[in-house]
Amino acid sequence: MTALNRLQITWRAAQDIEDGAVVNLGLGLPVHCSDYLREDIDVVIQSENGVVGAGPLATPEAIDTDLVDASSRRITLRPGATVIDSAASFAMIRGGHIDVTILGAFEVAENGDLANWDMGVAGRAPLVGGAMDLAACAREVRVVMEHVTRQGASRLLRTCALPLTAVGCVKRVYTDLAVIDVTPKGFVVREIVDGLSGQDLQAKTGARLSFAPDCGRLSAPPISSFESPHALRGSAEKTA
Amino acid sequence: MTIDKRVATVEAALAGVPDGATILISGFGGAGFPNVLIRGLRDRAPKDLMLVVNTATHRYSLTHELIAAGLVRKVVCSAARGHERTLSPFENLWMANKIELEMVPQGTFTERIRAGGAGIPAFYSPVGFGTELAAGKETRRFGERDYVLETAITGDLALVRADAGDRYGNLSFRYAQINFGPVMAAAARRSIAEVRAVSDEPIPHDRVQLPGVYIDQIVVAP
Repeated sequence: MTALNRLQITWRAAQDIEDGAVVNLGLGLPVHCSDYLREDIDVVIQSENGVVGAGPLATPEAIDTDLVDASSRRITLRPGATVIDSAASFAMIRGGHIDVTILGAFEVAENGDLANWDMGVAGRAPLVGGAMDLAACAREVRVVMEHVTRQGASRLLRTCALPLTAVGCVKRVYTDLAVIDVTPKGFVVREIVDGLSGQDLQAKTGARLSFAPDCGRLSAPPISSFESPHALRGSAEKTA
Repeated sequence: MTIDKRVATVEAALAGVPDGATILISGFGGAGFPNVLIRGLRDRAPKDLMLVVNTATHRYSLTHELIAAGLVRKVVCSAARGHERTLSPFENLWMANKIELEMVPQGTFTERIRAGGAGIPAFYSPVGFGTELAAGKETRRFGERDYVLETAITGDLALVRADAGDRYGNLSFRYAQINFGPVMAAAARRSIAEVRAVSDEPIPHDRVQLPGVYIDQIVVAP
């Protein structure tokens, strides 16, 4: 079986980003999607702190401490970018002006419920940030995550066990094993990795799967886990 | 009378901040934290404060110093988790039930403050419906969608960081420094700005991002 690694999941999600879209990428894994945007498209990357048109990470010599994204990383601006205040930024989000948000998740339910803000770790205070705003109000919510937890439990479930971020919001899930749409009839597999049978995938999934008639093969070009500049320089800056 | 909101020192600007005050503090991701005013507030040490701040602990903010000094009764924020493997001062107090937390989705946080400064007592938002952060709140259906009633946030004092100011209290910000500054300055009865520089000449009309109407005092903190 040729499961994708974490960066390959973001590569696959990035290939579906439409030309001209206004896109918000969540903290953690999703932000890496910006490294794999198709070269033939032009998009506006919105960051919840008010950056409209975020560019690549700043090189060390170009760091500007007043120019940061939602992950507190020092970034650059794309041509045509601007920065607005937080109330205006969330009006943009709440008002439905974000075409697509790609978020990480702990759990997704077959009705599209999303749980991604409270892992229920004892002893740590909660952090919700802008996750609820994005999940409830972006025009389309897509998720990138590993199919199962480190303990092997499915992250795709009939109902979420963890506290919800928003109800019925997720439209598509990209995992290391499959691309799955959330439909009124539940999870529909659009792509599956080589060497994994539909039965095997079902066994790793906590809800019933159906398979699209034209279900394809999920694959991505080789990407080293350390290739992304975000993975290298982003790690030191990872914070709320 | 000549309008002049410049104050010579941080100590003078913070004079009279009482115990029990609700204090709004700007800043996000390392940009726009009024760290000189925060440290001045810690030195002045008013007690039983309620802080309205996006993150209870951030590596580039000094907010945690107010919490560690035991000056804070309650924090209203969207992020309370520390960024180290060990617990933050906030998390330690929170675990011991010695500090209160109100967790608010970030867009609701900023809109509640905006409403506070704009004379709107409450508003309906779709965010958080069906989640535990909306538990117990009034809801209402408009059209095909359910909304949660959220109430405005106002404060006694706002501390904001900007790039440049003038004697009228007009402010301009650099890039992402602006974040919560404008809404917080409007929502507090009294607002203090710390700026990199104050010009003798007024800021050019079309460069003012926050009118001085919202600022009461301005101090230079390069």
